Amino acid sequence: MATATLKSANYTAPHATKPASRPWFFTRPAAKTGLVSWLTTVDHKKIGLLYGVTALFFFLVGGVEALMIRVQLAVPNNTFISHQVYNELFTMHATTMIFLAVMPLSAAFFNYMMPLQIGARDVAFPRLNGFAFWVFLVGAIVLNVGWFTRAGAPDVGWFGYAPLTSVAYSSQFAGDSSTDLWVMGLQILGVSSVIGSLNFIVTIINMRAPGLTMMRLPVFTWMTLFTAFLIILSFPAITIALVELMMDRSFGTSFFEVARGGMPILWQHLFWIFGHPEVYILILPAMGIISEILPTFSRKPLFGYPIVVFSGAVIGFLGFGVWSHHMFTTGLGTMATAAFSLATMAIAVPTGVKIFNWVGTLWGGQISTRTPMMFALGFIWMFMMGGFSGVMHSAAPADAQQQDSYFVVAHFHYVLIGGSIFALLGGIHFWFPLVFGRIVSEFWGKLSFWIIFVGFNVTFFPMHFLGLNGMPRRTAVYDGNMGWNSGNLTATIGAFILAIGIGTYFTVIVYTYLKGKKATGDIWDARTLEWSVPTTPPPEHNFHITPTVHARDAYWYEKTHAKEIAAEKAKHAQDEESHGGIHMPSQSWFPILTATGLLIGGLFFTHHHFLGAIAGGCAMLLGIIGWAFEGPGGYHLHIAKDGTVTGGEGQDEAHH
Amino acid sequence: MSAHAGTIDHHHDHTTTTGIPNKKLFMWAFLASDCMFFGALISTHVIYRLHPTPEGADPTKLFSIELTSFSTFILLMSSLLMALAVGASQKGKVEATRKMLLGTIFFGLIFLGCQVYEFTHFVHKGLTLKSDMFGSTFYTLTGTHGVHVAIGVLWLVLMYIRTFKPTDAGKAWVTRAVVQFMAFAVAVVSIMFVMLAVTHAGAEHGYTLSSVVHALQHDAITSGAALAFAVSTVLLFTLGRSTWAVDFGEANAIDVEGMGLYWHFVDIVWIVIFTVVYLLEYL
Repeated sequence: MATATLKSANYTAPHATKPASRPWFFTRPAAKTGLVSWLTTVDHKKIGLLYGVTALFFFLVGGVEALMIRVQLAVPNNTFISHQVYNELFTMHATTMIFLAVMPLSAAFFNYMMPLQIGARDVAFPRLNGFAFWVFLVGAIVLNVGWFTRAGAPDVGWFGYAPLTSVAYSSQFAGDSSTDLWVMGLQILGVSSVIGSLNFIVTIINMRAPGLTMMRLPVFTWMTLFTAFLIILSFPAITIALVELMMDRSFGTSFFEVARGGMPILWQHLFWIFGHPEVYILILPAMGIISEILPTFSRKPLFGYPIVVFSGAVIGFLGFGVWSHHMFTTGLGTMATAAFSLATMAIAVPTGVKIFNWVGTLWGGQISTRTPMMFALGFIWMFMMGGFSGVMHSAAPADAQQQDSYFVVAHFHYVLIGGSIFALLGGIHFWFPLVFGRIVSEFWGKLSFWIIFVGFNVTFFPMHFLGLNGMPRRTAVYDGNMGWNSGNLTATIGAFILAIGIGTYFTVIVYTYLKGKKATGDIWDARTLEWSVPTTPPPEHNFHITPTVHARDAYWYEKTHAKEIAAEKAKHAQDEESHGGIHMPSQSWFPILTATGLLIGGLFFTHHHFLGAIAGGCAMLLGIIGWAFEGPGGYHLHIAKDGTVTGGEGQDEAHH
Repeated sequence: MSAHAGTIDHHHDHTTTTGIPNKKLFMWAFLASDCMFFGALISTHVIYRLHPTPEGADPTKLFSIELTSFSTFILLMSSLLMALAVGASQKGKVEATRKMLLGTIFFGLIFLGCQVYEFTHFVHKGLTLKSDMFGSTFYTLTGTHGVHVAIGVLWLVLMYIRTFKPTDAGKAWVTRAVVQFMAFAVAVVSIMFVMLAVTHAGAEHGYTLSSVVHALQHDAITSGAALAFAVSTVLLFTLGRSTWAVDFGEANAIDVEGMGLYWHFVDIVWIVIFTVVYLLEYL
């Protein structure tokens, strides 16, 4: 947006020419509703919804995979599914939940809320933002396409340790394309995440509304920024690990082939240099959401704002120095083990600081326990439980006992469900009225919360004991005399309670979307700019007038200084109109076309049809070239005094 | 030349919060990410050099350090031309920008040509991806860098063609752009064939005019490549002259600058690779 505005200020912009004079394939789509509008969208809100819906779909898929695992483990010596299918299920459950559910659901909030929170009309590179989503979808398809092939889904575990992934090993039970699909799928998802994050970084640093200094940013936006930095700095490590693995599998190199001098430990290092920052990629957005919900429903500003922000930065920074705590039992040597152990304990400090700040926010506030607040309070408690068992792992001697046991499974489900998922589900309730203009019924919202809360604890709390009693993770079958029977049965019952809770949650959400009570405007009396939009759902251009920020809780300030703000807005409206109106980005076909080339190339490559892969690559290249030569485009909207909006794609000339 | 001259401050963009143009900030962030990318690859190479396999090749017997030093020098000089291209575009000098872009493309291609020659030479001597660990890490690392250079060259070519976009949007230039691009592609592939044939002939029979001429007539592919190179170069020269007003000027300088950042970064990475992969072997 900004670059194009610069152009139009200096010379007659290319988009002012008659659309008829452009070649047909450079004609910009103008549909605002219907299928074409979604396929060609560059609107950060629509892209956010696409991310959200896809993520929730895969959240359910991952949930079904988990239920099948729990059914298999309900009783000893069960034969519900085979070992092979069990391996596929735990691999795909983890991969799906991490890369296709929690990360994109966070991305959905980044996309939808972050530009609104900083008073921007879109992200810095709208077409690239669309591309990031389509590439994500391509990665999701490549990862899951194995379910429909004879080779089956990936089965090497979500961290794909060498030498399980070697050709000789992975193809002895089933065809070996499943591991290739896993490698390709994760690489593609990495591309999507990095591109999306680069866009968010530029947007947050460069497109803040006037007056919005960094230390006035909403905490959710801060956490978006930190997460984006974590993504661009950590994903290259796994990309290289996957490239090396791909070279091994497709071109006969020996990076991880032990017999030819390869060192499997190198895979572990490269994987966890990515893998540990990844857990902060999963939790920081959740912490951001919690930091928005708690002050709103405590009716006071966030306690210790600068400390919460800096704690986030410290967590992100330290997150790069603790990866080897996943590898304490590999024999790193005492020095390295002690160093990584200390660094891991150090991370508990900023995390604890955040918890205290949230409690400080609640302290003395006028707490109203609406549904989003229930999830936020549940988050604090459950995430703390996960944090405690995390501190237990940080002590290397204790970890030697807990490594690869159900204790670890309990730990990361407490931080991922009790942490990330609780916050994301709470975030959906919090922002639902803004996004859809309807509000979820309090009774059904709270009921779903309580079922989820109970089901979650019944499922995962017994796993602590199972782990300490020696049950290893990734066990498809166990004997009846190990003392694990009651714990496993309880966990399975809990999993079904959790499933009922999630089912209730989604039924209520879908019902509300279709027939729920209408809610307009700022129904929570919220603090941040996303609630200052003229209508709910927000119009495509977000704000009639770009807001000016005077204080940290910008919208509370606007509401308490109505007269001053009204005068300021009237002046800004005039300024903006004299500069040619509101600049909007044009829609484009090229993001989805380019991503389609990637899908074709990726699928051919995984099946070693290199001509097809090259054809896919060429399609991608053509997409990129078309994208570049099409240009950023853009058009202007004009807001009349009564709020009516005129202008649109190809209608600029009337105003020139 | 530029239809939209005006004073543009290339160091401050007043439409962004920080004054840094969005595209520049994007490129810096991307390069930070790419640092980690090459960091992981170079680390892999170093780790495996420190844990060599018993029957591994001795790199110093393979390397032609003179050739690699030459191509390193060429790549560094291409950065100079790239910087001049950025400077020219910021002053709105389209002709100068084109020349410097072409120069950068040319030097980038010399580097890639040396790498192709080096790879074929090493394969001939028995070092392949599969032969041993050194082959695996060497080809993967330098190959990935080569792909970065190739993407840079492709980007430069597209930018060069972009400078011909006419101000008059009604003027059909898409076909012309496609022909120009194809001419580039044909010229590059054919000259690589010709050069390989010539160097092989030279190595066998000595670098005399007659051996070169003989090499070009040796088989149909080489003769065809030489002909294709001649035709495509003439075509490029013809298409490289425009008489109309173009839609390319100071406002596009940021695009050239972003490309320049990428190009310089890839050069810096090569300096690290040259030091770590080549020079350290001689210690």
